[in-house]
Amino acid sequence: MDIVVCVKHVPDAQGDRTFTESDKTVDRTSVDGLLSELDEYAVEEALKIAESHEGSTVTVLTVGPDQAGDAVKKSLQMGADKGVHVSDEAIHGSDAAATSLVLAEAIKKIGSPDLVLTGMASTDGTMGLVPAMLAERLGLPMATYASEVTLDGSTVTIRRDGDTATERIEVSLPAVVSVTDQINEPRYPSFKGIMAAKKKPVETWALADLGVDAGQVGLDNAWTTVESFTARPPREQGEIVKDEGEGGTALAGFLASRKFI
Amino acid sequence: MAEVLVLLDHTDGKLKKTSAELLTLAKRLGEPSAVFVGSGVDVALPVLAKYGAEKVYVAELPDAADYLVVPTVEVLAATVEQAHPVAVLLTSTPAGKEVAGRLAVKTGAGVLTDAVDVEAGEGGKPRTTHSVFAGSYTVNATGATDTTIVTVKPGSVAPAAVQGAAEQVALDVALSDLARSAKIVSSEPKQSTGRPDLTAAQIVVSGGRGTGGDFGPVEAFADSMKAAVGASRAAVDAGWYPHTLQVGQTGKQVSPQLYVACGISGAIQHRAGMQTSKTIVAVNKDEEAPIFELVDFGIVGDLFQVLPQATEAIAKR
Repeated sequence: MDIVVCVKHVPDAQGDRTFTESDKTVDRTSVDGLLSELDEYAVEEALKIAESHEGSTVTVLTVGPDQAGDAVKKSLQMGADKGVHVSDEAIHGSDAAATSLVLAEAIKKIGSPDLVLTGMASTDGTMGLVPAMLAERLGLPMATYASEVTLDGSTVTIRRDGDTATERIEVSLPAVVSVTDQINEPRYPSFKGIMAAKKKPVETWALADLGVDAGQVGLDNAWTTVESFTARPPREQGEIVKDEGEGGTALAGFLASRKFI
Repeated sequence: MAEVLVLLDHTDGKLKKTSAELLTLAKRLGEPSAVFVGSGVDVALPVLAKYGAEKVYVAELPDAADYLVVPTVEVLAATVEQAHPVAVLLTSTPAGKEVAGRLAVKTGAGVLTDAVDVEAGEGGKPRTTHSVFAGSYTVNATGATDTTIVTVKPGSVAPAAVQGAAEQVALDVALSDLARSAKIVSSEPKQSTGRPDLTAAQIVVSGGRGTGGDFGPVEAFADSMKAAVGASRAAVDAGWYPHTLQVGQTGKQVSPQLYVACGISGAIQHRAGMQTSKTIVAVNKDEEAPIFELVDFGIVGDLFQVLPQATEAIAKR
């Protein structure tokens, strides 16, 4: 089973994330980056599938500037077999459509994987569009928001826990599957894993290696434009009451004063 | 006037509330046209006319609901080609976003997701408002393409009734092999809690680690105000509450009139799901809990004491 996992390097959500003033793109330098938490679940699921299918290969793929290599590294430390990092200055400011184009071409160059796994969304843009765009570009079926993945021969069945129903969805391989944070508990890299990762192959590709023209990607060619960004004014802290036996009454009093009850 | 397509979210013709919301937003941009995929259009027509749909494109595909999104994408792509709309509006749900992603690649149209407002911008193109980075920034964006696809969060606008012709236009779309590639083989409906829907509720009461797994006081307090009940990730991960009711970055993003956080510390993961709420109240034993930085009113105290007392006080009113 050949599996490609798409991962993203994102600014840490614990930091004060912001935008770059000049071009209104996400500021990827002022806050430390890391492997998007939601992608760790995809890496973990790939490793679990590989462990139960002898002869499997897990390739982790990212698109992003130099520091995005850290996302590949972390995935290799977790246990992925090899990495591909597509990096090219022309990619800066790309929208979801251009990102999916680069990913799709990279996946074609890697080979024809049986399964492409992704997280449900990135933790920075949170659009959740890339998996679907990727499936469309690769002409593959797709099952999204999996909280369980079962492989049986050339069929993948996923469980999706929706608001109104729990569904089981079946697709034939090759396919794209996106997973939620409910699917597994991602492993921490072990010392052995960290040492082993140093010897694992990582290829770095530029757009030219993929036959993608710079005119198809980047900020100037994006299909959407960010016009402005405004920091939300910080909330002003209101009254804090210590409960000394009348806290519940005080709470009801506040709710009544605001006409909620 | 340019057409604006609205993809209808429905079950056998019974429309979700978001369909009227999208038609209301579409009217701001041009002439609203609804796109109906599936069966039961006769049930939907009166509602569509009431909320201003001038045209209703109908693709009668009785088995569309048995497959994930691709049949809908192919119908929409054909409609975009025919109508040259300035925008395609969909609901921000997992399915809505999946349709949007595939449709964008198929038609070369830009996509803007999770809009909380849509208005007509330059040249009649949609100008959208988004809340990003866990609600810490507001972003305005536009499409750079002739057609822009926008997914809109539920509850972003109050539906406005305005009569439309709702003239039916039959679509005959030949589906590809890929259309029926992701089959829904089983569907078990969830039992309803009888409480309001989390993302649409005016009041949300959530419980976290501080409940210790006992949501009884949280639920009783919520019920006294006819509120929806949510949970923090810690509570969901501990198995105390279903994931579908998780409020936070990887759960639901809510923006009610009133949000009450009970026994929730207020980690960024949680704040991402609730900090755009109009009024925020917290009950927490730990006076250092970061959630108190956000509140309009906070009680430092044990939720097992405070909530039952408040519930009783509300019942007496």
